[in-house]
Amino acid sequence: MSAEPNPSFSDRPNGWQGVVADWSADQQAFRMSWGKLMMWVFLLGDTFIFSIFLIAYMNVRWSAAEAWPNVSEVFALTVAGQTIPLLLIAIMTFILITSSGTMAMAVSSAYRGMRKQAVWLMLATAVLGAMFVGMQVFEWSKLIEDGVRPWGNPMGAEQFGAAFFMITGFHGLHVTGGVIYLLIVAWRLHKGHYDKKGYEIVEITGLYWHFVDLVWVFIFAFFYLW
Amino acid sequence: MTQTAIAEHADEHHPTSFVSKYIWSQDHKVIAIQYSITAIFVGLVALVLSGLMRLQLGFPDQFSFINPESYLQFVTMHGMIMVVYLLTALLLGGFGNYLIPLMIGARDMVFPLLNMLSYWTYLLSVIVLLASFFVPGGPTGAGWTLYPPQAILPGTPGADWGILLMLISLGIFIVAFTMGGLNYVCTILQARTKGMTLMRMPLTIWGIFVATVMGLLAFPALLVSAIMMMMDKVVGTSFFMPAIISMGETLDHTGGSPILFQHLFWFFGHPEVYIVALPAFGIVSDILATHARKNIFGYRMMVWAIVVIGLLSFVVWAHHMYVSGMNPYFGFFFATTTLIIAVPTALKVYNWILTLWKGNIQLTVPMLFAIGFIFTFIHGGLSGLFLGNVVIDLPLSDTYFVVGHFHMVMGLSPILVLYAALYHWFPKVTGRMLHTGLGKIHFWTTLVGAYSVFLPMHYLGILGLPRRYFGMAGTDYIPESAQLLNANITVAAIIVAVVQLVFIVNVIISLRSGQKAPANPWGATTLEWQTPDNPPKHGNWGPEAPVVYRWAYDFSVPGAKDDFIPQNVPNSAVEVTDAAAFAEAGK
Repeated sequence: MSAEPNPSFSDRPNGWQGVVADWSADQQAFRMSWGKLMMWVFLLGDTFIFSIFLIAYMNVRWSAAEAWPNVSEVFALTVAGQTIPLLLIAIMTFILITSSGTMAMAVSSAYRGMRKQAVWLMLATAVLGAMFVGMQVFEWSKLIEDGVRPWGNPMGAEQFGAAFFMITGFHGLHVTGGVIYLLIVAWRLHKGHYDKKGYEIVEITGLYWHFVDLVWVFIFAFFYLW
Repeated sequence: MTQTAIAEHADEHHPTSFVSKYIWSQDHKVIAIQYSITAIFVGLVALVLSGLMRLQLGFPDQFSFINPESYLQFVTMHGMIMVVYLLTALLLGGFGNYLIPLMIGARDMVFPLLNMLSYWTYLLSVIVLLASFFVPGGPTGAGWTLYPPQAILPGTPGADWGILLMLISLGIFIVAFTMGGLNYVCTILQARTKGMTLMRMPLTIWGIFVATVMGLLAFPALLVSAIMMMMDKVVGTSFFMPAIISMGETLDHTGGSPILFQHLFWFFGHPEVYIVALPAFGIVSDILATHARKNIFGYRMMVWAIVVIGLLSFVVWAHHMYVSGMNPYFGFFFATTTLIIAVPTALKVYNWILTLWKGNIQLTVPMLFAIGFIFTFIHGGLSGLFLGNVVIDLPLSDTYFVVGHFHMVMGLSPILVLYAALYHWFPKVTGRMLHTGLGKIHFWTTLVGAYSVFLPMHYLGILGLPRRYFGMAGTDYIPESAQLLNANITVAAIIVAVVQLVFIVNVIISLRSGQKAPANPWGATTLEWQTPDNPPKHGNWGPEAPVVYRWAYDFSVPGAKDDFIPQNVPNSAVEVTDAAAFAEAGK
């Protein structure tokens, strides 16, 4: 969708009156394209999925019969003889947040019509996302080596492994899907599929990507810092 | 180029071959019919299952093909199919798909491809569900609420394969619903025709809209609980499984919380009630206004009541769990919110009755079903007030009182609305009228029959007859006369089930040789009756989309020649007999 404004929006006021005017308008309730609104509504539903996952996790953590494992020990990484808690996860989080930055730059380039730059930035985002997933694989295999299983672990309550693998796995699937989505859109952008329609698709992809990052912040807080 | 402009050109590429027109169709009308036929088919399966249950209850142990295990399987599959695969799919996938674009003046859904995928995914979920009848051990018999731990432990029928297929099927259904639901929400918000403001939309669309938003927010809870239960079953985690001894063996599970599943399930389950009810509320409002030739009473109030009911329904879920045990303060909270929901709901009932008040009531078949709905809904609503209170719910919760209440308010009521809607829109969908005489036979036997099924259940419940039991043999506190009543209920249930064949026969006969329907047989104002073709063709509106000048309820306007003014007729084009009265009414 090109940036040309819809004529029926031009006379709408700003602020709360604008909100009322938007909702009571005919034809379109929001100043955005169909695809973008659909992504927002989808993400609203996805927010509920992750919220319910996290609330369920808190619930099983409270009601677990055994003590919860000490996460700063479980997630520690030993580098050159030094045991540093949360090192790996700090790097992973940094990478994912950085990928949000490159994504935002891709959106900005796309809206300025710099197609080639947008493609490269999207590819960079996808690479960073793939790195995140790769490090997650490393983290999983390390935990499995340490004896953590969905049905039990040597450190304490068995719900720890179950909730960890389920929720980080579900998030990892979201990231993997996002990487594939980014690659497809970047490829089509490169091929010129969106030259006529406009580059809004980059922003829609970005919405999804930022959402996945935001969810990670909550998973990070509730799993690794609590 | 704006989105609306794109929509204007939607009719440039019509599908031509049979396959692209009727099988892999992206036309919302064809998808709606596909959804409806599939949903009605599984609904009939569930109807047969309820007949089998009633046979056992009415005439215990007379039928060798019903044993305790299969009885529990019938209960489970009947409940799940009716609530999710019939009612949700037919009201939103069927009527939602058909009516949204037509009623708001759009040419199609905003993403037709996604809409088509939604149907095929739904069909896949139905196939997976029905496949559980053919796997070793049969379908799950855990009850439609699928409570753990029993749902996945040996001893429950279908604990090996059936429960897995049920959970997988629900997951697939949720994917299908999400694809459809995103389309409905975006179409209603962004693709309305010129002049169609939100506050001019017919209440049908309001009901479908709010219900879809609720579905998008409530189904995640079911998805999450299904994933967690699947992990408990397949991987051996203990989300819902406490330390447990089953069949003399200590299982590997420790520390899980079965109550957590109940919370997750009902956080979906209660909004689900309104996901079914709100579209029904909307449809019945439009049918009552049209056939009473009178504007809906309190349109704005009706809209806000739908929105408020939608919001409140997310904070009442634990009233399904009073007997599970909870902090008394929670019981107090959930009882209060539950009773508050009665306020907007009662408001809607009053408004329906006030719409009929002094109306020019046409007792057509759709109108009969709609009025029947008012009766069953008031009835089910009143017994709901009893069950919403903790102290009254505790003794009644596990009895037939709940079965009676639930089937009145969520079984019979939406089904009556669905029939009203099928009779009302059949002429638009097919171009032929359904036979009125057969329709009236169908209505009266269904209403009287269903009442004689569900009304006595309240009495049985107060006697203390427990629900979900296969047999009552040797239960001292239940008088023998209760068995007589049970036999009566069974006879009535079987009559009602058989009478539904009248409807199917009616559909077949009318499709082949029914009376040709005029473009607007009921004199309705909404846009779907103003299409250039009947039934509407691909693209709905021919070369030019309609423009809306008024709300959907301009019936019997003083001074106007006809007793209805369609939404797309400007004031200047209305034929007027008394100009002064018409101008006065316009103020």
